[in-house]
Parts: sequence; structure tokens; C-alpha cells
Amino acid sequence: MTKSEAPRAPGWTLWLPLALFVLFVGGVAISLMLPKSNDINSQMIGKPLPAFSLRPAADGRPGLATGDFAGGKPRLLNIFASWCVPCGVEAPVLAELQRQGAQIDGIAIRDHKDDLNAFLAKNGNPYQRIGADDVSAVQLAIGSSGVPETFVIDGKGIIRYQHIGDIRPDEVPMMLAKLKEAES
Amino acid sequence: MLAELGLAMLWLAAALAGLQLVAGSVALTRDGEGLGGIVRPVAVVQGVLAAAAFASLIWLFVQTDTSVKLVAENSHSAKPLIYKIAGTWGNHEGSMLLWVTVMGLAGGFVALVERRLPERTMMATLAGQAFVSLGFYAFLLLASNPFQRLNPAPQEGNGLNPLLQDPGLAFHPPTLYLGYVGLSIAFSFAIGALVTREVGPAFARAMRPWVLGAWIFLTLGITAGSYWAYYMLGWGGWWFWDPVENASLMPWLAATALLHSASVLAARNALRAWTVMLGVVAFSMSMVGTFLVRSGILTSVHAFAVDPRRGGFILALLAINIGAALVLFALRAGTVTEGERFEVTSREASLVFNNVMLSSILGIVLLGTLYPLVTEAMGVKVSVGPPYFTPMSAVFAVPMLVVLAIGPLLRWRHDRFKRVSLVLAAPLAVTIIAAIGFGVSGVTSTMSLIALSLAPGLAVASLLPLRGRNLARAPLSLWGMVIAHLGLAVALFGMGADGAFTKERLIAACVGESVDVGPWQVKLGAITPVAGPNWTALEADLVASYDGAAPDHLKPQSRTFWAPPQTTSVSALHTRWNGQLYTVLGEEAHDASSAAMPTGRWQLRLWWKPFVPMIWLGGVLVALGGFLALLSRVRQDLKRRTVRARGDIRRGDREEREAA
Repeated sequence: MTKSEAPRAPGWTLWLPLALFVLFVGGVAISLMLPKSNDINSQMIGKPLPAFSLRPAADGRPGLATGDFAGGKPRLLNIFASWCVPCGVEAPVLAELQRQGAQIDGIAIRDHKDDLNAFLAKNGNPYQRIGADDVSAVQLAIGSSGVPETFVIDGKGIIRYQHIGDIRPDEVPMMLAKLKEAES
Repeated sequence: MLAELGLAMLWLAAALAGLQLVAGSVALTRDGEGLGGIVRPVAVVQGVLAAAAFASLIWLFVQTDTSVKLVAENSHSAKPLIYKIAGTWGNHEGSMLLWVTVMGLAGGFVALVERRLPERTMMATLAGQAFVSLGFYAFLLLASNPFQRLNPAPQEGNGLNPLLQDPGLAFHPPTLYLGYVGLSIAFSFAIGALVTREVGPAFARAMRPWVLGAWIFLTLGITAGSYWAYYMLGWGGWWFWDPVENASLMPWLAATALLHSASVLAARNALRAWTVMLGVVAFSMSMVGTFLVRSGILTSVHAFAVDPRRGGFILALLAINIGAALVLFALRAGTVTEGERFEVTSREASLVFNNVMLSSILGIVLLGTLYPLVTEAMGVKVSVGPPYFTPMSAVFAVPMLVVLAIGPLLRWRHDRFKRVSLVLAAPLAVTIIAAIGFGVSGVTSTMSLIALSLAPGLAVASLLPLRGRNLARAPLSLWGMVIAHLGLAVALFGMGADGAFTKERLIAACVGESVDVGPWQVKLGAITPVAGPNWTALEADLVASYDGAAPDHLKPQSRTFWAPPQTTSVSALHTRWNGQLYTVLGEEAHDASSAAMPTGRWQLRLWWKPFVPMIWLGGVLVALGGFLALLSRVRQDLKRRTVRARGDIRRGDREEREAA
């Protein structure tokens, strides 16, 4: 037991914390700059739509059932609600998708007929069919946890793609490409 | 008007922080000492102004002034008052304002009362504090102005996330922030000590109460957050290794290590460079955690500001603050000698071991939190969960707990293991008996078995430092340590019990039906609709009877908020001395054939969780231990100060007499 000073660590070890930190900042900076993708590798992708049959949710459009997706052509399935603010923002984008040839069906979550009619009158109606899901049963069954969400369903009723959140205007070509992909 | 006033005060506070930095730095030069006089008052006024700005934001929320964008986005006039106030920090801008307020107040408080260190070190410390604050002021004023107006003002606000409408949340973030940001003081002290090369026992003694204070709040904040997640999220779990939880755990681990190494430095003048390093690391972890959560770079349920521009800003801030501190460390730590030596069997050595283990756990948690980022860069999405975190941290936590049982019994500098081995027979025997007992009674999970057997032994060992002492005379700081260590044992037992004894039932029950869960018999009495200030709910009346005793009523709800629209489950808990019954009401079950047909059966989730509340009881005990230790330090300092003051008066009297 001596009371002398402990031997000093070699000088370079003192720079070690800084080196680690620089590594961290660099790595994080790179991943911050990478575009953040909204892709969720949903458990349901590649699986058939669950069986459902929903009554019509709004005036002037029929209800929606699983069978409606067996027509041989891929379709978009939009999960939305009149009470959902981003859904109103998304409406013009859906209209644009429809204008470029996308076939769109909707499922209205926990909605009232009057509210929904007013929503469609205000924001336009790109949907061919709208089913009413009053208790989120179908929504949960196809693996969606929020509104809005949009699924690409191919001509055999298989879920091919899931988009979480509203579709932004710059994502229209991407969605059209996904539809095209689903044709094969 | 108030919003503009708040903004003006914020700008003024930022300007004062600039002045504090400049004056503090100039005061360090040979000719600039004259400027030093203004640094302390400036620090105090800066803190007061930041607090006033924060108070005006609270008032805007209380008034639901929707012409302020932040209020419109996060509040609603129909909300109860307490959640209007809590809404102030339940969002990105408000919580950053709370951050600078706490930093400002902490700096001001230090400037006001801390007189033990050489004035030069204090100048460097306060300049360091201002340097860090300045970055956060810039972030607030340039990238996240909380007082921004909205024109035209909307009629009504958007509401607050219903999950956040809970009394637990009202006080959880401010508590945690006091801890997070309080650590900035340790950071600034470390900077001050490095700049002036004053790393010694005096520095450790001055820094310790501040770290202790922040650490108490951090402990309470983590405990409260864990309990909040437990009863609010309705999953029955108490720790999810979510990035946000990890972000609060990492500074806590670093601060715990810092507390222990600071006491080595204070008592024995050893571990100098290491203590300074931990001072830097602790607050760095606060900032890194905040960055990870706020930048949206990690997906988390807690993230409320997912904005890459903001992420870039915080990252730059982080790089400047931490980078500068680490450069300073690398340049100066070489000139800070390591100090006194000690032997392998000594209290210092056990504290070093504790430090290494705590730092290893910190590394494990940091790695696990960042790992998804690394793999995502390579194109693979993974989430790292309990299967990684729990065993990996246990690898380091278990040896640490064993040493925790021995360390406090050892003497400083040099001891023989033989001296304490006889005393340690008691906790060892308790551990072995517990292991055999729980093993025989059918606890199969290894983790739980380790926790359940280690906890009683640890509890006994934590009381051992009191043996042979007059309990009424034992110093308060000793009681603090004993209670904190005991709290750890209590919490450990709760954690083990959760894994080992929890019983779960998930059923769809009709009204009138009964179900058994553990020793409880639970009957679904009725389902009734109820209404609250901004929600409506279905409430179940559960009649629960423990082992045939008189029944208790539990009323879990399935709540639907209408601003914003969202459904949440509100669990109902019944606590007994030996555990907690945890009930959640789900939705009405639906017929498999047709989704729209109600069946009259309700989904119920029931858990019987023996001894689980001990987890949070333990957390509170740990904080209480810290509080007692803090009390004893403050009392000692005050006593020393009065003695010195009395000495001065006596000297003054004598001089007067001699003069007369």
C-alpha cells in the first residue's frame, strides 16, 4: 500500500469518449437525413381480406363486402371517418387518385349517416362503395389501428400494401405504382 | 398581450444568458475579475424571467386562449382545469420552455446559495450553465416558439391526447424534468472544475447535494411514470423498455454512478477524472434521451414532435454542448491526477465496481435503444424488446447487487474480507433459504427466481450497516443509504413477484357471470353508461371477493373522449397488503358470423398481481433515502456556515473591544 499517485492512463484514452460521441452524432445525422418511410410491414400483407359484409354508410353508395374485391382489378380500400380531421385533408388527394384511374372503396369508422353525407358533400366523394364499420371490427381485423389508412387490394382480394396516415399529394405516383404492381 | 409579454421575457432571458456566459468567461481572465460581480445576479434574474415566461404560458392555457397556436392545438375549453395546466407541458414547445425554465432556475439557485467553491470555479460553472441554456433558448425562439399566434383564432381547441388526461401525467413530466435538467448543474460543475483545474474533494462536496436533488426527482419521476404506464395503458406491465422510458433510465443510471463516485472523491480524493466524466455523461444522457424522443428518429408512443428540422437543431445543439465538454475533458483530464490509491478489498473498490456495473447497464440500454437505428440504416426494421434488455442488464445488475450487499460494510482504503465474512453469513443464509423455498414452491422463471431469492438477502444486508449502532444516534446520511438500498431490495422483490406469481384471465362474460382469478372471485354485476366532463363511458361494476371475504367493488371503464375522438380503457385496481387486483373492461364481444350483432358478452381482463406494488414502494423508498441523505448534507453545511459566522462575529467583537 503506497500513497503515491496512481499511474495515469495513456493520453489517447481520454479522447475515447469524444470519438464514441462523434460516431454517434455522425450515425444519427445520416439517418436523420435519410427519408423516413411510412411503410409498415403489416402482418396482413400477402393475406386475403377477412370476410366481412358492411351495410351502406352514406346515401347513394352501396355497402361493402369482401366479395366486391374479387373483380380481377386491384382497388384501394380507404379507412376513414367524417370526424377525422386528416381525412378531410386527404380527400383532394383521393380525388386526384380517382382521376388518374384508381378504383376506391371506403370503410367509414364509427360514423353517423348525416355526418358522413355532410362530409362527402363538402369534400367530394371518390368512393364507389362505402361500408359502415360501427364498432371498428373490420378495421381491427385487417390490421389498421387508426384513420386514415389506405390498403392496396389486388384482383383476388389479397392485401398487397398498407399505407398508414393520410396520403400526401407527392405520394400519389407511389400509390399508383403500388396499384400497378398489384396487377401482376 | 400576455403571449407577446411572455415572448419578450423569453428573449430577455436569452440575452441575459448571453451576458452571463460572456461575463463569466471574462471574469476568468486576469483583468476581467471586476465583471465577476454581475454574474450571480444575472443568473438569478435569468431564471426568474424564464419562470415568468413559463407562468404566462400556463395562464394562456388556463384561459384557453385559442389565438395562441399552441393552445389551440393542445387544449380545449371543456377540459378540467388541472389538464388545462398539464396541457402546458404535454407538447413539444411547452415542454422545451419548461426545460429552459428549470435550467434557468437551477442555475439561479446555485448562483444564490453555493458559496463553498473558489469564486473562479463558480464563474466557470455559471458560464457553462449559460452556454448550455443559450442553445436551448435559441432552439425555443428560432425553431419552436410556444407563443406563436394563430390568425384567425379558431373557435375551439383540438384537445389533449386522452391518454395524457390523468392526474399521474399532470405531475410526472415536471418531476422528471427537474431531474433531467437538474443534472445540468452537475455538467456545469464538471466544466467549471475542468476549466479551473479544481477537481478535488471540495468540488465533489459542492456538487453532491445538487446531483442528489436531481436524482431524487429522477427516481420519483421514473417510479411515477412506471406506475402511470401500468394502470393507464391497461396492459398490466410496468416497464416496456420503450425509448422514452430508456431515455429516463439512462440519466438515472449515470447519476446513480455519479453519486457514488462523488462520495469516493469527497471522502478519499480518488476517482477524480472518472467523477468529472460521469458529471458530463449524466446530463449528456438527458440531452441524448430528449433528442432521441423528440426528433422522431425512434418510433415511440410518446413522440409528440416528429419534425426532422427540429431533430437537426437538437442534434447540432447536442454536438456542440457534449462535444465541447468532451474536448475539454480530453484536454484537461490528463492534468487531473487520479488521486489516492486503494486496495481491492476496500469500500472504494466496491464503489468502483458498482460504477463499472452501472455504466455497463447504461451501455446495454443505450445500445439496445440505438440498435433499431443502426439496422434501419441497413434496411432492416427491428424492435428491441425485453428479451434483450432484461437478461442483458441482469448480467450486470446481479453482480452489482451482490457487491451492494458487501460494500457498505467495508472500510475505506484497506480491509480484510475475513472481517466482514461472518456478518455476511446472515444475508447469504436468507438468500439460500429463499432460493430453495421459491424453487420448491414452483417458481420456474430463472429471472424471477434470481430476483426473489436475492431480494430478501439484499434487504437483510442493507440493514447491516446499522448493526451495533445506537439507532437514535446513527447519522442521517447512514439512514439515507440504508433506506435507499432497502428500497432497491423491495423493488426487486416486486419485479420478481410479477414474473412468478401473476395470474391472468381474459374472458367474455355476461352480466351476472362469475370468474376466478387466483384467490379472487369476480362477478360482473352490471354495465352502466356514465358521463364525465369531456367523455362518456361504459362502466362495469365488478364485485370482487378475496378468498370468500366481504366483496369489494371495482369499476373499470371503457371511455370515449370526443375532443379529440378516441377510446381508452380506464383500469380499476384494488390494492391489498399482499398484492393488487387489476381489471380492464374491453369492448362488447361480437358474434363471429356477423360483426354488427351484439352478444351481450363483455371482454374482461383480470390480473391478480401478488406483491407487485412493492416495485413502486421500493422506488419511493429509494427516493426517500436520497432525501434523507440530502437533508443531512444540507444540515451539515448550514451548521458549518453558522459556526463560521459565529466565529466571524466573535472575531469582530474582539476587534471592536481592542479598538475601544
